[in-house]
Amino acid sequence: MDSAVLGKDAVLAALPDNRALTALLAWKAEAVLDAKYDRKELTITISRDEIRGACQTVKTAGYNFLEDVTCVDWYPGEPRFQVTYHILSHGLKERVRLISPVESIDPSIDSITSIWPSANYYEREVWDLFGVRILGHPDLRRIMMPEEWEGHPLRKDYPVEGYR
Amino acid sequence: MPTSPELAKFVETTTLLKARPEEGSKDRTMVLNMGPQHPSTHGVLRLVIEIDGETVLKVVPDIGYLHTGIEKTCEAKFYQQVVPMTDRIDYLCPMTNNLAYCLAIEKLLQLEIPDRAQWIRVMLNELTRLNSHLVWLGTHAMDIGALTVFLYCFREREDILRLFEHVSGQRMMTSYFRVGGLALEPPLDFFDRVKAFIKRMPEKIDQYENLLTGNPIFVNRLKGVGHLSAADAIALGVTGPPLRASGVDWDLRRDMPYSSYEKFQFKVPVSNDCDVWARYVVRMQEMRESVKIIEQALAGMPEGRITADAPKVVLPDREKMKTQMESLIYHFKIVTEGFTVPAGEVYQAVESPRGEMGYYAVSDGTAKPYRVHMRNPSFATLQALQTMCEGRLIADVVAVIGSIDIVLGEIDR
Repeated sequence: MDSAVLGKDAVLAALPDNRALTALLAWKAEAVLDAKYDRKELTITISRDEIRGACQTVKTAGYNFLEDVTCVDWYPGEPRFQVTYHILSHGLKERVRLISPVESIDPSIDSITSIWPSANYYEREVWDLFGVRILGHPDLRRIMMPEEWEGHPLRKDYPVEGYR
Repeated sequence: MPTSPELAKFVETTTLLKARPEEGSKDRTMVLNMGPQHPSTHGVLRLVIEIDGETVLKVVPDIGYLHTGIEKTCEAKFYQQVVPMTDRIDYLCPMTNNLAYCLAIEKLLQLEIPDRAQWIRVMLNELTRLNSHLVWLGTHAMDIGALTVFLYCFREREDILRLFEHVSGQRMMTSYFRVGGLALEPPLDFFDRVKAFIKRMPEKIDQYENLLTGNPIFVNRLKGVGHLSAADAIALGVTGPPLRASGVDWDLRRDMPYSSYEKFQFKVPVSNDCDVWARYVVRMQEMRESVKIIEQALAGMPEGRITADAPKVVLPDREKMKTQMESLIYHFKIVTEGFTVPAGEVYQAVESPRGEMGYYAVSDGTAKPYRVHMRNPSFATLQALQTMCEGRLIADVVAVIGSIDIVLGEIDR
């Protein structure tokens, strides 16, 4: 069983040629909070305020295709939300996962629709099901739930059976 | 204003799109509601369309009518109990969803799956692709007005469903894959039946092509319609056959192989025409390639186990349970408590008939997944509808919806 490589220095030592990590460190090393290489998947933690710039940086580095944006709720831990971006490179045939911690006191993060228009639906889903507000989104409405629904169903403090 | 909660679900047309310019003007556009119940929207897709005469100016999809909260439900189930949930996302490719989920959890567990199980998985996945493409072809042609093809396609689809029933006991919601391998060894005559089916399939594909490829009405309804450039396709998250029909040579089976796909020889059909016709051509060729993959899988089917050597995850053989105490204990523990998965997060994508089907699984070390998220191809491809329909006629919207091959259960989850 392969063991995980933790910490950005250790990951950089293990993957010195990784374009995403080197590009991000060259762009703004302080925005890269952490990195992890686990089960042959690279995860890079980006500070919440820098996510748009980080996405632009990895896109310039050759990761051209946004696969997915989603969220994980670590309730009752803090930072409560983890917004996850899966970005694929058609040329390099590899993907990188960017994650960004979001505190529950102000659950919001910048939209990346200006970089990848496909983020539109994914981000609406994150807002709808997790209540993480997407700043600068062109059309932030609920997507799955009815407009006047109260609460955000995928939060961990929302019961599986719903409120009755 | 709607009062009952059921009616409240329906978003007023005017909140999505407004006719322009002011009322009474000669040039005023019209806002048309299409769906959620409409025969050509393949389920409960609702489109609000702004039209000028018959020309489409804007299309706004309104989705969520089938939202059942599968991702939330998964968090309350043991890992194995999630497999039947994945079937129900997409009724046309249950095996693909099973596979993507099982691969994700196997990656979390770092399990080695025996060759035989991997090859059977590949074979069943390609049968699923044929199954899904047959439904697509039948319904797509029916939307355009070619009714006969539908019956031809469903004739062959019935054969595939019988094969599924033979191997898994279920026609549509198969749940045949397990974390760690397969549920059961396939029945003795299963491979012979698949072989017999595959032998007559190329001839059937020729039949469909005879009905459609040279048919001037069909060709004129498809050629030059729903243009989507490669750059737009990538920007809008389009995957699968629509992406390849826009000239992007990308197939996860070849480029990021999973479940032994690297051991199979097949071509990835690509077209540079970027229209509905190109998507038709690409899918038809894909069906022929799927037949070849199944032939290779049958010819080189390895012998051996169908489950991984992981007694804490895989249910023991029935025989061993009667003779060995450990097996009985493991069986009891797996069934009652589930199996625990080491903490971590993985993303596993497979090439489903509609494009990239990805499962993002997060484990916190317990017996239930902390988070399961599905990246659905139709959900992303739907965003490209506006680009493909703008400036075309209403009748072309129907052709475009057929060409992106959406499944609403998968979009809404």
